[in-house]
Amino acid sequence: MMEDYLILNTLSYPILSLLLLVPFIGAIVIFFMKNDNIIKLWTLVITLATAALSLPLFFNWNYDTAKYQYAEKSDWFPFLDLSYVVGVDGISVLLVLLTTLVMPLCVLCSWTYIQTRFREFMVVTLLMEAFMIGVFISLNMVLFFIFWEAMLVPMFLLIAVWGGERKDYASIKFFLYTLLGSVFLLISIAALYIKTGTFFIPALMVHDYAFGFQMWIFIAFTLAFAIKIPMFPFHTWLPAAHVEAPVAGSVILASILLKMGGYGFLRFCLTMLPDATIYCVPYLIFFSAVSIVIGGYLALGQSDIKKLVAYSSVGHMGFVTLGIFLLSDIGIKGAIMQMLNHGITTGALFILIGIIYERTHSRELTVNSALGMKMPVYVTFLVLFSLASFGFPGTNGFIGEFLVLLGTFQQYKIAGVFAIIGAILAAAYMLRLVQKMVWDDSDGHAHPEEDSEHILTDMNFREIVTLSFLLFFVFWIGLHPKPILNVMDTTVEHLVAHVDSAKKHYKAPGGHGDGHGDGHGDGHDNGDDRGHDKSHGDEKDEKKHEKIENHSSLFELKTDKTITVVLK
Amino acid sequence: MSIFLPELALTLMALTFFIMSLANPKFSVVQAVALMMAVIVFLISIASYKSSGMLFFDAYKVDAFSQIFKIILSFGFLIVVLLGAGVKNGLKGVSKDLACEYYMFLTLSVAGLVFLTSAVELLTIVICLEISSFALYVIIPFRYQGGYKKQMEAGIKYVMFGALATGISLYGMSYIFGVAHTTYLDKLVDIIPTIIQGQAVVIIGLILMLASFFYKLAMFPMHFWAPDVYEGSANETAGFIATLPKVGAVALLIRLVTLSGLEPNQITWILGTLAVLSMTIGNLSALVQKDLKRLIAYSSIAHAGYVMIAVLCVNNLGYESAIYYVAGYILMNLALFYVIYNISKNGENVSFEHLNGLYKRSPLLAMILAISAFGMAGMPPTIGFLGKFMIFTAAISKPLYAIVILAVINAGIAAYYYLKLVRAAYISCEEEVPAIKLGLPKYIMGIFFIVSILAAGMFPQSLMELAKTAVNTIL
Repeated sequence: MMEDYLILNTLSYPILSLLLLVPFIGAIVIFFMKNDNIIKLWTLVITLATAALSLPLFFNWNYDTAKYQYAEKSDWFPFLDLSYVVGVDGISVLLVLLTTLVMPLCVLCSWTYIQTRFREFMVVTLLMEAFMIGVFISLNMVLFFIFWEAMLVPMFLLIAVWGGERKDYASIKFFLYTLLGSVFLLISIAALYIKTGTFFIPALMVHDYAFGFQMWIFIAFTLAFAIKIPMFPFHTWLPAAHVEAPVAGSVILASILLKMGGYGFLRFCLTMLPDATIYCVPYLIFFSAVSIVIGGYLALGQSDIKKLVAYSSVGHMGFVTLGIFLLSDIGIKGAIMQMLNHGITTGALFILIGIIYERTHSRELTVNSALGMKMPVYVTFLVLFSLASFGFPGTNGFIGEFLVLLGTFQQYKIAGVFAIIGAILAAAYMLRLVQKMVWDDSDGHAHPEEDSEHILTDMNFREIVTLSFLLFFVFWIGLHPKPILNVMDTTVEHLVAHVDSAKKHYKAPGGHGDGHGDGHGDGHDNGDDRGHDKSHGDEKDEKKHEKIENHSSLFELKTDKTITVVLK
Repeated sequence: MSIFLPELALTLMALTFFIMSLANPKFSVVQAVALMMAVIVFLISIASYKSSGMLFFDAYKVDAFSQIFKIILSFGFLIVVLLGAGVKNGLKGVSKDLACEYYMFLTLSVAGLVFLTSAVELLTIVICLEISSFALYVIIPFRYQGGYKKQMEAGIKYVMFGALATGISLYGMSYIFGVAHTTYLDKLVDIIPTIIQGQAVVIIGLILMLASFFYKLAMFPMHFWAPDVYEGSANETAGFIATLPKVGAVALLIRLVTLSGLEPNQITWILGTLAVLSMTIGNLSALVQKDLKRLIAYSSIAHAGYVMIAVLCVNNLGYESAIYYVAGYILMNLALFYVIYNISKNGENVSFEHLNGLYKRSPLLAMILAISAFGMAGMPPTIGFLGKFMIFTAAISKPLYAIVILAVINAGIAAYYYLKLVRAAYISCEEEVPAIKLGLPKYIMGIFFIVSILAAGMFPQSLMELAKTAVNTIL
């Protein structure tokens, strides 16, 4: 029955396993190398090879199916139904590609940034890559969890060993926070197994669970993913970790690790626990909206550039969760686009911060001001990526945010208003950053280059190459997102159809009467702020119920088109 | 007699050391003999894996269950002996004059534990338990280090608690015997589950009877000795006390808890409460420890709680995961003691300051420390992760949700002090520190720890098969 969900790999080589193995073996080989320069080159070659290896995933993509492609499976530990099953669908393939393409840049941006213990750094980076790819391609819950959890170790070491001044605090906070989230994930996995007798993810998706059971699992899952993504009020580990991590650590954290929260929501919550998801949507929309506004608001007040970008991540990931929990085609597509875009632009911003930090040894906005004259190439990149970050039309940021906003206004107008406020805040803090860094000279601060130890040189060839690569994606996605949307199209449609079918037979628990609906003439418009207003439990459910009906009619066109992959 | 071979080999080994102690031989000879005989014992217990039968008026049962525990025990023994081998000044913490006696008592203790895994009659169980404990009472004060006195305190504490625990156990057994009129486990297992409901005397008797095993396992409320004894005894002795007695205790706990019947009842909840308390107290106390051995002692109190959860599930998965977990536990614990042993220059205790710059002094030791600490914290892909995962699965299937939730919160707490270990070993260190030289045998042993902790976590198949056949013989 496993084959029903999989399209086995038809390429002449096991592409997904190789993606796991190449970085892993690369890491082991480093142990036997002596020279730092050779290690550098070797790591770059390995990450580039992994990236090249992952490209066929995109070029041979089968656009007509929502099944898991390039799948491989073999028994691993049949005693507990643990098997090695990997495969990618339209969502995970994009995240795998993001991972493989960002990793060479992480090596490049650490070229001179990392001064000590180079060999260990490269080992940890390569292990990180293998584990991250593993998270996205695993189709067995335990395998997924193993990668998910194993990832914490290299990330912890990245922060704890190569981090900034408060690395002790930041690394332990990061580790404990995420570990606490994932231990609940672990017992949920065990509970799902007891219920169904399998760890195979697609099989778990089509199983029907009782509502109460779904709620418990949903709470545990949401805790794990909300911490990872991170969603308000679980975001406090992120600024600490970002600020203290070395530049490559920040890039990995921002570009890939945060995406795992969103991926978890899409892969597990929506598919396995649709009833609980539908029930909890108002709360999650509420927290997403709060994340967007709080993230933007906090970013506005930061004087530490890295912290500013870290808080902006909280806001951006708020857009992701907002899009996901619209449960609509357009929202989910927007959320996925937003994940990719955030990976590209925020990664680039962290690389930019790393570049300036190497020159001035400071992340303070006041120290790094008025760079326009001295580093013209640098500020060009800075301005372009900043524009992309707050979603300027024509850049990639625009596509994701626009899709999410569009979807939000179709369903939850008030949440949409909050999202707009967040988008405006994003423009405000990014423009403030740009203004200070490029032009501002007013505070009469001593210029860094006047100290003999700081010499402001513009970006060198390596740095330009690194960022140009990301810039290419900024404009490619910004101007022509179609190829990427096409990849996720079938999978997302299938996902939405799956949630919709749950909506059809969804009944709010507790058997609410029918008499409530009429009492709310103003109906759908102010339904959005339900999250604020917890006292009217019954009416809330009633309204949501209505909303859901309304929403599915809005998207009739979409659901008609739904392809005929029947899961049962 | 052939089914009694591992026990005979151990007895022979103890006798050899006894005779050698009369002649006062050179230390290197003693060490070579110890090593050789430990290897022989290990090989014999592997070879007699398939044997089965009853001995001594049916009080002694040789089956797959006992044999796998014997393999684990003799394997652990071999590693403990190996800790001191391969270097000139092996047995750093023990006076060289006492080497023969040291090995003799160590062997006797292992023999007691090996007997214990096969004992299926209450009095036999007590006797085996006492054999293993008495030997340890003697070797704890063997520690020799100029001016160090704490070993005496440790020895006394271990004796006092041991005597108390045995007394309580015997008292509990008297209740059980009074109710059931037999001391044979296979008869008790027919009688006790039918009368356990509503019979307070049976429940109290059973719980009291388990006291000795709580003591051996260092589980709440019999855990107080652990930190002091670990701290006071020599590093190699502590490595022994921290691992092998726990294996024996788990074997017997599995046999005895089966008496409470397959359905969840008061016993389940009492044991569950003790398990959770054990974890919580152990983990919270471990957070503030500075001495590595004390930290490991508290962490072992916490681990006893996890094993208890697996045992009190009273089903196949629970028992299998208990065996798997305890096998992984001794592996990781011995790895930690291997690190401690090699860091400590003259057998002194190791604290967090000694870990400073370990990555520079010896990358291998730092890596073993990191991997075993992450394994103890339950991070994949180590053996510790799958062990915890299977325990949770077993407990949820029971279902014991409350206990599992408390257990995972505890896992979160525990991660902190394991991380502290890793951080201490890997944090950047500017000053020049002397390198730690490891000979080739030590190096191989270190690699073995790393590979086995990871491999048993990634390919658990064969170990689980063993555990499965073992459990099938008793359930």
